[in-house]
Amino acid sequence: MIVAERKPLDEIIEFIKDCKKILIVGCNECVTVCYAGGKKEVAVLASALKMAFLKEEKELEITEVTLERQCDQEYLEEIRDIIDQYDAVVSMACGVGVQFMAEKYLSIPIYPALNTLFMGVTEERGVWAERCQGCGQCILGQTAGICPISRCAKRLLNGPCGGSTKGKCEINKELDCAWQLIIDRLKELGRLDDYEKLIPIKDWSTERSGGPRRIVREDLQQ
Amino acid sequence: MNPKTPSKLEKILASGQLAVTSECGPPRGSNGDAITKKAEMIKDYVDAINITDNQTSVARLCSLAAVIRLKLMGLEPILQMVTRDRNRIALQSDILGAASFDINNILCLSGDHQQFGDHPQAQNVFDIDSMQLIQTVRHMRDEGKFLGGDDIDKPPQMFVGAAANPFADPFEIRARRLAKKIAAGVEFIQTQCIYNLDKFELWMEQIRDRGLHEKVYILAGVTPFKSAGMAKYMKNRVPGMDVPDEVVKRMSGVPKEKQAEEGINICVESIQRLKEVEGVNGFHIMAIEWEEKVPEIAKRSGLLPRP
Repeated sequence: MIVAERKPLDEIIEFIKDCKKILIVGCNECVTVCYAGGKKEVAVLASALKMAFLKEEKELEITEVTLERQCDQEYLEEIRDIIDQYDAVVSMACGVGVQFMAEKYLSIPIYPALNTLFMGVTEERGVWAERCQGCGQCILGQTAGICPISRCAKRLLNGPCGGSTKGKCEINKELDCAWQLIIDRLKELGRLDDYEKLIPIKDWSTERSGGPRRIVREDLQQ
Repeated sequence: MNPKTPSKLEKILASGQLAVTSECGPPRGSNGDAITKKAEMIKDYVDAINITDNQTSVARLCSLAAVIRLKLMGLEPILQMVTRDRNRIALQSDILGAASFDINNILCLSGDHQQFGDHPQAQNVFDIDSMQLIQTVRHMRDEGKFLGGDDIDKPPQMFVGAAANPFADPFEIRARRLAKKIAAGVEFIQTQCIYNLDKFELWMEQIRDRGLHEKVYILAGVTPFKSAGMAKYMKNRVPGMDVPDEVVKRMSGVPKEKQAEEGINICVESIQRLKEVEGVNGFHIMAIEWEEKVPEIAKRSGLLPRP
């Protein structure tokens, strides 16, 4: 899933300080799972904003909506009939949802309530961690199912670096060394000899470096 | 091994003599004299001088310009190059720039993470890693081609080195990791500072068991402690460093004004012991901001005169 966390309240207030009537739009997908932008978080943000405005003796009218997804046209259409009544929209989706909403609704300001962080997993309750950077050419088959691009601070394809200490990364003692994990798992699989195979220089053109990416599936287009 | 490049360092190693290298860190400013001054202090006591590349991710005068200064002084520089700050276009470009001044030695590194330096907000590059930089230089030299496939007009003639840390975790892959660097094309190794000699000897045993010492020249890295404080700092703060308790105790056991001397003693004793280890082909003396001590260390360790 895409993992995000809410921006500090002050930053959100700064966006909408001159508004009288806003629409806060949550998203029922990833950001609900990571407790950042689902229905519950929409309600929490709405009351926090109201309180903040009250303190300043200002009024703020808020409507709360949570869409199934903000990265799909059909769900974004659900607010078309009401959106013109508002001075601004605060989207609690990831950066993808915020942008898609801004593309659909040209005449109303759309503000992000979240900072979008990474594609990751729920390691345990309340802990999320990165697992993929979407490089476009998966190498997990060569690295025992553990991704050094997303999990090594230097994204070394032939690690570990000299800073790996007791299984931890040199930049943070809380962080597992990805290459320690790879080596442990290769050992578990009886494939430690594979460690000595050089992973070749990577073609990064399918990654961010190659420019914004797009997939066109003609078989699915009408 | 017959020399494949005009490198003086390679010639000395190929002749079977123990080689001695040292290093200078460039200044935090544009004062080029700072490098020439450091080099003057050590030039008659070592065969080649490394210039570090923005070590610990602190921005400094670039290693490329600094090695050119040494070359113009008639010295034998080793260009250190990290993959943290440059992509494959910039790396190849800098290699050619160095080669145009007949720089014949390169040390391929990935580089410390930028978090340790003075610009922790920086983007890092890591387009390729240190293994792949070794492959890149060998490819440019031996195939005469860019990574992109085009021919290089006058390919670089560089003796290709890398670092090895015999003490980093996981220990069980230390020999495998060196084997991998050799497969990538590395020709000489400068090791991390050695304080735990027993563990280093164990590492060398694994290297010899696989016959790797016959495929690569190994220069043992040593750094003298200036003080007990430095020993403690290296032990506790520097990632991948192995400083045994006895060594810290020995440094703390002498009065403050004698600690520098004790640090030199330890360094000299280490070199003397390491000289006896089969597969050690020389020494890399890293006297950090203490270059003036290199002559004394080389002399007392019986490494003089240099060829």
